[in-house]
Amino acid sequence: MRLLEYQGKELFDQYGIRIPRSQLANNIVEAREGAKKIGIPLVLKSQLTVGGRGKAGAILKVKSEDELEPKFADLIHKEVKGELPRGILLEEMTPIKQELYLSLFLNRGKRCYSLIASAEGGVEIETSDNKVVVDVPLDGLNPQVAEDTAQKLGLTGNAVVAFVDLAIKLSKMAGEKEAELAEINPVAILGDGSMLALDAKVIIDDNSMFRHPELKEYEHVSELEKQAEVSGFSLVELEGNIAILGNGAGLVMSTLDLVADAGGKAGAFLDFGGKATTETIYEALKVISQIKHIDAILVNLFGGIVKTSLVAQAILDAYGNNVISVPVFARISGAESEKSKEMLQGSRAKLYGTVDEAIVAAVAAVKK
Amino acid sequence: MEKFDIFKTLEGDKNDGDYKKKPVVIQGITGSFGSTHSRLMKAYGTNVAAGVTPGKGGQDFEGTPVYNTMAEAVKATGAQISGIFVPAPFFLKAAMDALDAGIKLLVAIPEHVPIRDSIKVVDYARSKGARMVGPNTAGVIIPEVMKIGIMPAQPFKAGRTAVFSRSGTLMYEVSFSLTNRGFGQRIGIGIGGDPVNGTNLIEAFELVRDRPDVDSVVVVGEIGGDAEEQLAQYIIDTSFAKPVVAYIAGRAAPKEKRMGHAGAIVYGNYGSAESKASNYAKAGVPVAKRPAEVPALLEQKMKK
Repeated sequence: MRLLEYQGKELFDQYGIRIPRSQLANNIVEAREGAKKIGIPLVLKSQLTVGGRGKAGAILKVKSEDELEPKFADLIHKEVKGELPRGILLEEMTPIKQELYLSLFLNRGKRCYSLIASAEGGVEIETSDNKVVVDVPLDGLNPQVAEDTAQKLGLTGNAVVAFVDLAIKLSKMAGEKEAELAEINPVAILGDGSMLALDAKVIIDDNSMFRHPELKEYEHVSELEKQAEVSGFSLVELEGNIAILGNGAGLVMSTLDLVADAGGKAGAFLDFGGKATTETIYEALKVISQIKHIDAILVNLFGGIVKTSLVAQAILDAYGNNVISVPVFARISGAESEKSKEMLQGSRAKLYGTVDEAIVAAVAAVKK
Repeated sequence: MEKFDIFKTLEGDKNDGDYKKKPVVIQGITGSFGSTHSRLMKAYGTNVAAGVTPGKGGQDFEGTPVYNTMAEAVKATGAQISGIFVPAPFFLKAAMDALDAGIKLLVAIPEHVPIRDSIKVVDYARSKGARMVGPNTAGVIIPEVMKIGIMPAQPFKAGRTAVFSRSGTLMYEVSFSLTNRGFGQRIGIGIGGDPVNGTNLIEAFELVRDRPDVDSVVVVGEIGGDAEEQLAQYIIDTSFAKPVVAYIAGRAAPKEKRMGHAGAIVYGNYGSAESKASNYAKAGVPVAKRPAEVPALLEQKMKK
């Protein structure tokens, strides 16, 4: 789960990491109140889970009172990469002396956190040359290691103390909240050497949520995702018009690649897991039917022990009950494929011997 | 510490009375998932010697005794192998229980295990000279001998290729196309779809590196993390001699979206299919564009 900036900052605040004075506003009334509290000039920051807000114009400065309403109205309705904001954060302007980059990310290979710090803040860390990387155990950062890192960054005086404090608090938070990533980009160094988290990017391990009821309020799941989750499906909504269903995340990903190779665009990724029964497939079709931009459904099922007639039945039921109306292109390796072909005769669904044939037919159908 | 030998643990030595019939304990045997697959594992030839379900000790599952704890099950059977089929929130306790009882190979099937719990178990297993495969894996199969996991039997055939896969269904699909082209498999290991794996790709390669009965390796990867990049470096650094062919799923997946598997997510260039493919190219590993292309690439590679 990727937290919004304001949510990440709430966690920072709980761990004693300093953040700018700020206020979340969902409408103009709240924005006016917030502006009164914080004072103008201030910054409006769109609350999105996608990156690149600055470049997309989703962060705006408000220099006078009459700028507040038009700029707020602009941001609250502004989609970035297909996502509408969940509120706008109003934040005080901070006089910055220097910026840093600081993050902890869960290093898969080493099975610990990696702390990454750089004396250049606000940049893409991947392309930064001047970064310090150190391993940090899951149970927290050693103060000496934090101090050495501060020195490598060229910090002096109060800034060293502030950095050690900040890094230790961030690692404590990451560990306790089971974060896959806790990033502050940038960290602001103020005139007195103290430090402030200007942004927050925190990703929590979804699978640990059962023991973090305190984070439950941050969860943001659409009705559709909820329905998919209840059925045990993995669903990712995409921008194209071909829905791809299959039994296994790897298989569905691989099918997505082949669809792209054939010139098609996937509109949904749905892995219905190990159970390929009539009920499961029917449920999966029901979920897909709620995505409006789907013009064709591609089913790729590999099982060895799957009876294809069960899948054919689910498809027929879905047409019969008007759950779906778009054509279905299916590749199902399993028993009874002749019988299944006969069952689907006269419907808008067709079985194919190979996934490539099914894909070619699906891509051609949506191009008409 | 002695080097971990998965073949010795799974099959034993030729002189052993129970060669290729080593006892396996199934944790969660009475659950619907565990019972279905225990039945299928037995049918395939796995010696499911005991099951464990806390509170159900003394019962039996279709002739297999059920115990309350791993300690009892291990004492009764002498098993060194356990298959874990419990739901994710119970995984940590089940795995620790198994390691404390002296289990040497843990095959961890459940999906949705917190990363923290996986790390705890991997580290604890290391400290005891034991090994985990998974979690979020289809399991381990030695075709025509035994399987511990949820894979169907039909795609696999005994042979000399090792198949390592981060995805379950793609392991079946690729193994099936290998089987159809005459490449049987010596072993199939589901690495798992999670960010942290009990046995990662490099460790899997180490398991077959010196085996004369393995003549080639197929590695089925996907986007996310840098396991493939690390593997490519390992192949270069250690001059891995057996022919290797790879496949990577998720070329067309968007960035910052988790594609079904917890581990399948791209941040920037980190975890991208391009990064993996270019590293494989440096290591001389051909990458199939589609699963069905794997056998043809392997054929070419074997001729050289």
